[in-house]
Amino acid sequence: MWSFSGLATGIDAWLTQRFNPALSLTIEMVLAGIAVITLFAVLGLVLVLMERKVSAWMQIRLGPNRVGPKGILQSLADTLKLLVKEGLTPNSADKLLFNFAPFLAIIVAMLLMAPIAFAKDLQLWDLNIGVLYISAVSSIMVISILIAGWSSNNKYSLMGAMRSGAQIVSYELSAGLSVLSVVVLVGSLQVSDIIKSQADGWWIFKGHIPMVVSFVTFIIAVTAETNRAPFDLAEAESELTAGFHTEYSGMKFALFFLAEYVNVFIVCAVGATLFLGGWMPFHIGHWQGFNHVMDYIPSSLWFFGKTFLLIFVIMWFRWTFPRLRIDQLLNLEWKYLLPISMVNLLVTTAMAILGWHF
Amino acid sequence: MFITKYIQEVWGAVRSLATGLRRTMYYFTHHKEIITQQYPDNRETLVLPERFKGEVIMPHDDKNEHRCTGCTACELACPNGTIKVITKFDIKPEGKKKKAIDKLVYHLELCTMCNLCVQACPSDAIKMAQTFEHSVFDRGLLTKILNNPGSKIMDGVE
Repeated sequence: MWSFSGLATGIDAWLTQRFNPALSLTIEMVLAGIAVITLFAVLGLVLVLMERKVSAWMQIRLGPNRVGPKGILQSLADTLKLLVKEGLTPNSADKLLFNFAPFLAIIVAMLLMAPIAFAKDLQLWDLNIGVLYISAVSSIMVISILIAGWSSNNKYSLMGAMRSGAQIVSYELSAGLSVLSVVVLVGSLQVSDIIKSQADGWWIFKGHIPMVVSFVTFIIAVTAETNRAPFDLAEAESELTAGFHTEYSGMKFALFFLAEYVNVFIVCAVGATLFLGGWMPFHIGHWQGFNHVMDYIPSSLWFFGKTFLLIFVIMWFRWTFPRLRIDQLLNLEWKYLLPISMVNLLVTTAMAILGWHF
Repeated sequence: MFITKYIQEVWGAVRSLATGLRRTMYYFTHHKEIITQQYPDNRETLVLPERFKGEVIMPHDDKNEHRCTGCTACELACPNGTIKVITKFDIKPEGKKKKAIDKLVYHLELCTMCNLCVQACPSDAIKMAQTFEHSVFDRGLLTKILNNPGSKIMDGVE
C-alpha cells in the first residue's frame, strides 16, 4: 500500500540538507499549517455546498444551481460576499472578547486537526493520548461560544450561549463514554494503534451489538456537541434569531460558520477512526484475496469516504428532525443516553476482559 | 413496570425517528418528485395550480355581456377598499328604471387576493385569474376598470 511517509521523509531530507535543524523544523511546521488552512478552506466550501444540496433534495427542492455549472461555485460566491462585508462590532459589546471569540473557535478546530490520520502515515501528530486530546480540546469549543454570547451584550446571544454550555457539558459525557468503549477494546489511546487494531475488521463489526449501540450514542452526542439540528438550541433561529452569533457579521460570522462545519468534519473523522477503521480498507477476517483487492483503493479515499458518509448521516438528521426543547434535550441525555451508554460500557468491558470480540 | 415502559419509550422513539429518516431518504433519492418551478426558464410551459389567485377579472361573453348586477356585495365584502362599484340607472323600454354598473373599479395595488369578493358575488360575475406578472412602471396602470367599455348585463341575470 502506498503511503505518505516517503513524501514526508523526502521533504524532511531536502530541508535538513539546506538549512539548520531549527529552521527546517519551522519550515515544516509552516508547511503543515498551510496544508491545514487549505483543507479548512476547501472543507468549508465543499461542506456548505453539500449541506445546501442535501437539504434541498430532502425538501423536494433543487438547491443552488445558478452560479457555475450545477451551482458548484455558489459557496465560493457566498464566501466572497462575506469577505467584503463589514465586520461590525456593537458599541456596548466587550470589544476584546467579542473580536477574540471567532478566532478561538477556529483555533480549537485547527488544534483538533493534529491527531487525525487522513491516510496511511499522513498524520500531523501521533501523540500517545490522541483520543483523550481530542475530547479535551473539543470541550474548549464551548468557551468560544460562551465568550461570543457574553461579550455581545445581547439577551438572545447570552441565552444561546448558556443553552450551548448546558448542552455541551452534558453531551460530552455520553460522547466520552462511547469513545471509552472503543478504547477499552483497543487498550490504547493512540490514534494509530486504534486504526491498526481494525486491520482484520472494523470495530462496529467486530464488537457485536454493544459497539453498534455506542456508535449510535456517539453520533447522537456529537450532533449535539457540534450544535447542529435537532440540537441547535444555541442558534435556534426561530427563537433567538441566531443565538450566540446574532451580533456577528462579515468575516467574523464566517469564521464561526466555518468552525461549525470543520467541527462536523472532525467529529465525523473521529467517529470514522474509532468505529469504521479510519483509513483502514474494508477487511473481512482472513479472506486474503478479498482483502488484497480492497488494499488497491487508496487509504485517503477510504478515510474521506467514511467521513463524508458520517457527515451525510448528520446532515440527514438535521433535515429530518425538528428541534428539541431545552428540557427535552437534557432529558434525552441524562435519562436515556447516559444510562444506556454506562450499561453499554460495562458490557463492552466484560467483552474485552473475556475476549468475546473477534 | 418501570423498566418495560422505559424500553418501550426508547423503542417507540427509535421507530418514529426511523420513519422520518425513511421519508427524507425517499425524497433525497427520487429527484423526479422535486416541485420547484424554474420560473423564467419555463415561462412558456408554466402550469399553475387550479386555485392560484392572481387578480380579479370579470369575464365577458362574445356578445360583450357580463353577469354583474351592480349589487355592490363585492365592495362591501372587500376588507381593504380594493373594489369600487359605480352604478348608473338604465331606462328599460317599458319606462322602468333599473340599476346597473357604470364602472367596476379594481385597485390591484391594494388587493391581497383574499378571494372574499368572489365568494360574496351572488351572480358569479367576477372570478380570480391566473395572471401574476403585474409589475408596471406607473402606479396608475394598476387601477383597472373590470367591465369592458359598452358592455351590458346578460339577459336573465337578476
